[in-house]
Amino acid sequence: MNRRMAVTLLCLAGVFLSAYLWLFKLGKIGTLACGSGGCETVQLSPYARFMGVEVALIGLVGYFGLLVLGLLSLQPRFAASGWPVQLLAALSGAAVLFAGYLTYLELFVIHAICRWCVTSAVIIVLIFVLSLLEARRRPAAGAA
Amino acid sequence: MAGSPSSLNRFYTVLGVLAAVAIGALLYLMNRASTPTVPANVKVEAADTAGFRGYVLGSDTAPVEVIEYADYQCPACQSFDVVEFPYVKERLIETGRVRWVYRDFPLDQPHRWTRLAAHSAACANEQGKYWEQHSSLYETQPDWSASNDAGGMFRDFAQKNGMDGAKYDACMTSLKFAGRIQASSDEGIRLGVNSTPSFIIAGRLYAGVQPYDRLRALVDSLAPVAK
Repeated sequence: MNRRMAVTLLCLAGVFLSAYLWLFKLGKIGTLACGSGGCETVQLSPYARFMGVEVALIGLVGYFGLLVLGLLSLQPRFAASGWPVQLLAALSGAAVLFAGYLTYLELFVIHAICRWCVTSAVIIVLIFVLSLLEARRRPAAGAA
Repeated sequence: MAGSPSSLNRFYTVLGVLAAVAIGALLYLMNRASTPTVPANVKVEAADTAGFRGYVLGSDTAPVEVIEYADYQCPACQSFDVVEFPYVKERLIETGRVRWVYRDFPLDQPHRWTRLAAHSAACANEQGKYWEQHSSLYETQPDWSASNDAGGMFRDFAQKNGMDGAKYDACMTSLKFAGRIQASSDEGIRLGVNSTPSFIIAGRLYAGVQPYDRLRALVDSLAPVAK
């Protein structure tokens, strides 16, 4: 598996993780599987919305967008083209900042840790690092 | 770097299988969740309240009637029920001095499970287990208040309290007591209730938690004990 595949796989994981949290917020799923109980504290806090939109929904849309870019980057016609991975790196970089803000809220404002949110933060950091490495890589000569 | 066509195909297959498994898991979790929503402000039909004036505890011949308007998710109501009510029950109700009538006054904002709890208690009443469910709901209020599967927890209480699970489930799914809960709330508003718990004793409204000593003093003044 190469980096682009790994990024795409991580994006898919992010899509389903945020879908899980969003369905919880919609009341479609029972108790969150979260040993500490902090997940529900975080998810039911006022900070689970950002500018009036559920953070989980923002995550779902964001990860879905990154997944589309990840799939595009795998296409042979984009093998030599850097723009899908450059866009992936830029968008996931912004998402890392957002995840950092949310983690700050968990640690210092809500005083509860949601392990699903932490998992999402790790996923987005990995996506960012891998896509950044891929974006900085010089295309191999004659790559098609 | 994009992979070779064969490795890409293998990757897409793996991706598709993982997506299918994840979708299946989400559908399973959605199907398993057992929390219906009890609607507020439903149209109250005459049948909703026929023969029902609240959940009554105590003797029909008790000289004093206390009507409590409360919300299962309100912390003050929980405090009253857990701290004061056992004394009231033992010393005023079981001694035949007071007849207690509990009526629902759900405060939907910010108590998202209050109507569901009231409906759960109404379904328990159908099986003669109202007060058992009532106590379970108040004793565990902080747990289910923070849960997103309050309905599942209420069902566990129903089982623990010896109810027929299938009958309880059918009752909860039917939402048959939504009108009765609304009627109780409407009646409370008509009587001037605007907070919980509130008590109506001899036609007067007392808002807030009433300690046992105060309730006993009121009962003493209304129906002095013969010396």
